[in-house]
Amino acid sequence: MMLWLMAGLLFTPLAWGVFTLLVSFRYGRLISWLGMALQMLVSLGLWALVARDGGFYYPLGGWQAPLGIELRVDGLAVTFVVMTALVASASGWHASIYLDPEKPWHRYFWPLFWFLWAGLNVVWLGGDLFNLYVGLELISLAAVGLVALGGQADALRAAIRYLMAALLGSLAYLLGVALIYGQFGSLSLSGITEALETGQVQAAPFVAVVLMLFGLALKTALFPMHRWLPPAHGIAKSPVSALLSALVVKASFYIAARVWLELGHYLDGYVLSQLLGVMGGAAVLWGSWLAFRQEKLKQVVAYSSVAQIGYLFLLFPLTWNVSEAISLQAQQGMTLQVISHALAKSAMFLAAGNLIMSVGSNRVDALVGVSRFLPFSLFSFGLAGVSLMGLPPTGGFAAKWLLLQASLASGQWWWLVVLLLGGLLSAAYVFRVYRASFLETTEVDEFYHPPRSLEVIPMLLALLSLGLGLMAEPILSVMTIPFRAGGGL
Amino acid sequence: MTSGALLPFFALMSSLLASVVIFALPERMHRLRVLINLGAAGVKVLLVGVMIWGISEGQQYELAFDMVPGVQFVLRADALSMLFAGLSAVLWLLTTIYAVGYLEHSPNRSRFFGFFSLCVASTTGVALSGNLFTFFLFYEMLTLSTYPLVVHRGTEKALKAGRNYIIYTLTGGAVLLLAIAWLHGLVGDLSFREGGHFADVDAALHGPLTIIFILLIAGLGVKAALFPLHGWLPQAMVAPAPVSALLHAVAVVKAGAFGIVRVVFEVYGLEAANAMGLLFGLALVAAFTIIYGSVRALYQVDLKKRLAFSTISQVSYIVLGLCLLGPVGAAGGLVHLVHQGIMKITLFFCAGNYAETLGVHRIDELDGAGQRMPGTSLAFTLGAFGMIGAPPLAGFITKWTMGTGALAAGMDWVLLVLVTSSMLNAAYFLPILHRLWFAGQHEPWPHERRWGRLETSGWLLWPPVVTAVLMVVAGLFAAMPFSPLAWVQLIVAREVAL
Repeated sequence: MMLWLMAGLLFTPLAWGVFTLLVSFRYGRLISWLGMALQMLVSLGLWALVARDGGFYYPLGGWQAPLGIELRVDGLAVTFVVMTALVASASGWHASIYLDPEKPWHRYFWPLFWFLWAGLNVVWLGGDLFNLYVGLELISLAAVGLVALGGQADALRAAIRYLMAALLGSLAYLLGVALIYGQFGSLSLSGITEALETGQVQAAPFVAVVLMLFGLALKTALFPMHRWLPPAHGIAKSPVSALLSALVVKASFYIAARVWLELGHYLDGYVLSQLLGVMGGAAVLWGSWLAFRQEKLKQVVAYSSVAQIGYLFLLFPLTWNVSEAISLQAQQGMTLQVISHALAKSAMFLAAGNLIMSVGSNRVDALVGVSRFLPFSLFSFGLAGVSLMGLPPTGGFAAKWLLLQASLASGQWWWLVVLLLGGLLSAAYVFRVYRASFLETTEVDEFYHPPRSLEVIPMLLALLSLGLGLMAEPILSVMTIPFRAGGGL
Repeated sequence: MTSGALLPFFALMSSLLASVVIFALPERMHRLRVLINLGAAGVKVLLVGVMIWGISEGQQYELAFDMVPGVQFVLRADALSMLFAGLSAVLWLLTTIYAVGYLEHSPNRSRFFGFFSLCVASTTGVALSGNLFTFFLFYEMLTLSTYPLVVHRGTEKALKAGRNYIIYTLTGGAVLLLAIAWLHGLVGDLSFREGGHFADVDAALHGPLTIIFILLIAGLGVKAALFPLHGWLPQAMVAPAPVSALLHAVAVVKAGAFGIVRVVFEVYGLEAANAMGLLFGLALVAAFTIIYGSVRALYQVDLKKRLAFSTISQVSYIVLGLCLLGPVGAAGGLVHLVHQGIMKITLFFCAGNYAETLGVHRIDELDGAGQRMPGTSLAFTLGAFGMIGAPPLAGFITKWTMGTGALAAGMDWVLLVLVTSSMLNAAYFLPILHRLWFAGQHEPWPHERRWGRLETSGWLLWPPVVTAVLMVVAGLFAAMPFSPLAWVQLIVAREVAL
């Protein structure tokens, strides 16, 4: 059972990537629908398995670490696998209707989509630093290709800029990995912590960790290294923007978090963790402010991603040198923030795409009167906005609550300012969109009605992000499931 | 889970489900929408009635589950929550009837009624919340669901009012969240409990608890329109009349006042709050707001604006009553939660009728309206007399009880506030009544519409008449069981051990 699930999870996306490369957009779409259903089943199956039996290490092909590829299948990883399956299927489904099959270059959407998915699964499950690097590169290259799919000169420019940032980030990360390998002779995260635990290696790898975190933060578009993100996410096709904002930036953050949670407490990391937190806080405030100032709808959403990513980096100060309970609270808050942002942001990008399609302009003030003509998409946008503002009962609120509690309990009250002010600032940009759409003028505009299914998909995602807050407890209880006794190394 | 646990859940769901169904209905299906609206409102009145009966018999209704690690989602029906839930259930039914008539033939009705139901669902949630966390959840939901109602007209003015509303309330919400999170970090998850939690709290905690209390009141005071946090309320008058009626009488301001009641009675406890010296300051703010609102009301020429400032003043009666440190004063404050709701909704219904039927918005245009619309004007007159505190109307019961309570607590200055406020009430209501009944009409109505035999549409006429009758009944039969006063005395007997 486990074998089939793991094989399905890792090899279906790769196989589907190759299949769809060979056929036209329409056939690719048919094949992909099947693939998405399959992935969904496999992901949920793995999640259920871990929820029932606990996590485990999985040596791919039977080869044990350090030689083979070792996968760590724990609660957090399967939670993100399911999140990916949900968001990627929704975006893929949306794309299959949204993208015009007549444009010849759109057929490349499917292979890129599947390679992206494969990369994501590798990152969630990867247990050693080099595999994580491979997954990360796969994601970056596929993502750059997807941005370039827009076709215009602007899209290519944004894609190139994105590529440069991604390559620089990868280089820094790889340098860090090389230093670690030189010091420890191992790349498996569990092997490294074991060496530190038993005192085989005395010196904590400070420089290597800083290099890795820098590279990963650049790829995650942490302030002030965020400049590449809004053009790329804003110009891409809406389903692509959804994938990029919801999943791709999370992959590099996830690696950073894993590295930090394994190695952070061996480091003399107060300054480093506070610095990362401050950069995150600045991202929240500055990103929200810039989102408020944007004139184009998708740019608003893209800058909002910069802001929302900032919250994630509060994980670093809130888990360093604190008690187990506080650290757990912060990790739970981070997990919820990742999931709820993924759901809400993909819903928002897809709904924004529908709104733009219907009014025929990408400007915020072109939305006048749209509340009367396209209430459904606007409602999805609005619900997703509620989650981004961190208002109850959404997942965003539950995440904010946990982070608030962790800040209070660890005595780092200064993060409260970020959390509360950030919520108000995000309300400012979300309500700017509502305001524009509620305005009634005498002009009667012609609105184009997108197909119904395009409107349903963002609504489902938005409802999930809303329900996440109410179901936070059961989801988080799976996230914290420990490894099965004796199942590890 | 017993069937009893499900009753509060169903009471919440009745309006939540109605909202979802209404959003899904196409704009043109007017009849079905009205039917669903009224059906859901009727079901809710019934459910709340059953729970009120059950609670008076000593039943418990509670639904709880873990929502976020360390925090429970609790829905509980107790005597206090039924006071508010009962008010909102009855007035929702009447306001729905009124809104159907008011918005006939206007656009965007699907959106309006969807959010309208959502707003009532939030209010019910606020009433039934069993701890501060759950309370906050519905409190913010209320903010969000009322925004589309305030900006419903879509004019620049409406959107400006909406923006101010949202700035005030969301900032208040953030302050409230800070206070709740801090309190949670300090003492853990606090469910509402009769008598409060801090009767014998460690003296070292007095400092933080005082700051948290101030933050809580500041966060709740925005919605309760305590001075100086009241700025959004008069502007929100651009909303359609049924929305103003609901905002002022049931939903928004009452949610704030109700939250203050919960915090003082069931989180801190009246005695503990007093022992920490928290109540005197609150009493001063409330007293000042009462006078300030009334003075400002005097200067308004727009009818709805005058009523809005009157609300600011009247809601603070509830807060002032709590600070009177005794069962009688507390009963006076609490009973005003209901009385003010019934009176104010009557007045807003009537103001809406004048605007819809005659096109009259300003007070000086009302000359002679009593002859043209006797039913509406009679209801308005009763409402105005109730506000002034003329016996035997509901408002009199409030002021009498509060006055007795103030004397019993030795806070004689409160009596002065009550008398001044009543005189100011008379000063801004009596001129309107004079214009209605004794001045002759000297110019044609600005924009008159006719509905057959009745003075206005039946949908618009009956709700204020019914609420006016309720007001008289609440005053005349205050001593009967299940009257608001009797119910409040039941609550106070459980809350206050003084």
